[in-house]
Amino acid sequence: MSSTKYILGLFADPDEMMNGIDTLQKNSVPIYDVYTPMPIHGIERKLGIKDSRLGYAAFMFGCLGGTTIFSMAYYMLVQDWPMNIGGKPAFAIPDFIPITFEWTVLFTAFGMTLTFFYATHLFPGRTPRVMDLRATDDRFVIAIDAKGNIPHEDITNLLKEAGAVEVKHNDRKYVSYE
Amino acid sequence: MASHSESIIREPLITGKNITYAQITNDVLRPVENMPGKAWWIGFSVASLGACLWVFAVSYTFWYGIGSWGLNKTVGWAWDITGFVWWVGIGHAGTLISAILLLFRQNWRNSINRSAEAMTIFAVICAATYVVSHMGRPWLAYWPLPLPNQFGSIWVNFNSPLVWDVFAISTYFSVSLVFWYTGLLPDLATIRDRATGIRRKIYSVLSFGWTGSVKTWQRFETVCLILAGISTPLVLSVHTIVSMDFATSLEPGWHTTIFPPYFVAGAIFSGFAMVQTLLLVTRKVLGLENYITMFHIEAMNKIILLTGSIVGVAYLTEFFIAYYSGGEYEQYTFLNRFIGPYWWAGCMMYGCNVLMTQLMWFKKIRTNIPISWVLSIVVNIGMWFERFVIIVTSLHRDFIPSSWVMFYPTWVDVSVFVGSIGLFFTMFLLFIRVLPSIAMAEVKLILKSSSEQAKKKLIDGGHLEPEQVEYYKESLTSFDSVDITDYQKR
Repeated sequence: MSSTKYILGLFADPDEMMNGIDTLQKNSVPIYDVYTPMPIHGIERKLGIKDSRLGYAAFMFGCLGGTTIFSMAYYMLVQDWPMNIGGKPAFAIPDFIPITFEWTVLFTAFGMTLTFFYATHLFPGRTPRVMDLRATDDRFVIAIDAKGNIPHEDITNLLKEAGAVEVKHNDRKYVSYE
Repeated sequence: MASHSESIIREPLITGKNITYAQITNDVLRPVENMPGKAWWIGFSVASLGACLWVFAVSYTFWYGIGSWGLNKTVGWAWDITGFVWWVGIGHAGTLISAILLLFRQNWRNSINRSAEAMTIFAVICAATYVVSHMGRPWLAYWPLPLPNQFGSIWVNFNSPLVWDVFAISTYFSVSLVFWYTGLLPDLATIRDRATGIRRKIYSVLSFGWTGSVKTWQRFETVCLILAGISTPLVLSVHTIVSMDFATSLEPGWHTTIFPPYFVAGAIFSGFAMVQTLLLVTRKVLGLENYITMFHIEAMNKIILLTGSIVGVAYLTEFFIAYYSGGEYEQYTFLNRFIGPYWWAGCMMYGCNVLMTQLMWFKKIRTNIPISWVLSIVVNIGMWFERFVIIVTSLHRDFIPSSWVMFYPTWVDVSVFVGSIGLFFTMFLLFIRVLPSIAMAEVKLILKSSSEQAKKKLIDGGHLEPEQVEYYKESLTSFDSVDITDYQKR
């Protein structure tokens, strides 16, 4: 019984990595995840990852921000303490547009980004769960869970054929833990 | 797809012969991973002396009050608001590059957006310091916020452009910061994975545990796109609202309906000039000529030319409307810019902003680095004088000739301004020392499609229109980072 936990196929070129994904999928080898130093379009479709729903969150936060500040302005200037400024109406909607716009943007930006951080588990001080240190530099890494995916030699050959410059059999899931 | 090949007639965005993904990382991180050179230390020493001057002058203002400035009864707003508008305007280019050019899919933004966004943040910090220091009692700076209070439960007046400005500037600063920092995460992870020891720990905390998995990148791109989408109207709204601080008043020279678009164009104009000033030096000192190429310099010069011309049209419109309004005070204010005692400030404004930038029509000038650098500084001098003319020249001769005065800045005025430039450069120099000054992930994205080597491979492969190849080679002659003899051999 080998102690390999994850098999990593390291590619030097994004197109060869895409080729690697195709080869593995043709041979029914499930892919755990792919790590790249830059966004590669088209992987998510190959791996069957659904579209991000962050846009909906952003829209909701925007609506919340606009409503919040408009209600605040209404309460403060119309309900709580209306002022007579040259006999003009206290409920001066056009004057509330700039602040309503600003808080719509503010809430959208912060709400969406914090949702992104929350959903992706990103926060200051989180221990990086990195499978290969060069995945953030110049290697496009396909990770395959070793458990149940045997024989490992076949996977290695498939990756090599697809153009992997290196194939690693890692005994630990993450190399970044000290 | 990463392998999509671009039309040959487009100029390359990355030059150099054997640029690999690893090479990009090494080149960009060289200043971060090594001790800085002599040029950096000299720059940093001068800049931090300026920052010290700023600390001293602002502390002096806080201690002795606004009376230490040269303001008087007639000119109640002068260098402080001039400096504020100048810095906010400079900040606008960063958001324009990161947001608007992203929406328009302008790939050349990829190698300049990081430092331009950093510049935005530092410029807005400089602007914000003016807001706080001009309050006289800065410990009461929270008063413009709509907080419940003990002063008779009176609220802030949401009808006031100054309150809009508080909202606009604070939103602009915080959204720019979020945009910038989110974009930094993948690059901070790159530094982290190459570093050891304490540096690794620091960058590990800063990189939020970024891994670069498929889902992370997918969400990251969604976030960046939406942030760009909302930052675009945001950046336009910010200088619009800044201009409304003036335009909603009843002051001749200020109450002009053209102010919002005129200020926004002027902001982009001065911002791009500042990006040019910084990057022409940065690319040389840090050796980033292959990533910030002549194409980038020329593209920025074209934007400076365009926005400078828009500003010129706005100036002419202002004069025409002053004449056409028939209002004698309005007409006098504009005439006073030329025949009044501040004629020299008017000449600096119109000369630097309109006349000098028209030189950019010539390709020889647009692609000449020393001239571009000098012109970029000329633009920012002109833009400072534009705000000075609008503010001080409009105020100094008001409706009653007995209250006509001149404005004389004190050493405190001058020190706050010169010091804020020092503060800005201190922050910028620290930035290029500890953070990647080019967005590595985004530059890697265009390596296979838009680099010189990819295009050379296309040429070597044949199958291209010879006229197009000739056109491409011709355009390369202006690049200082391309060895043109490689192309002449054939």
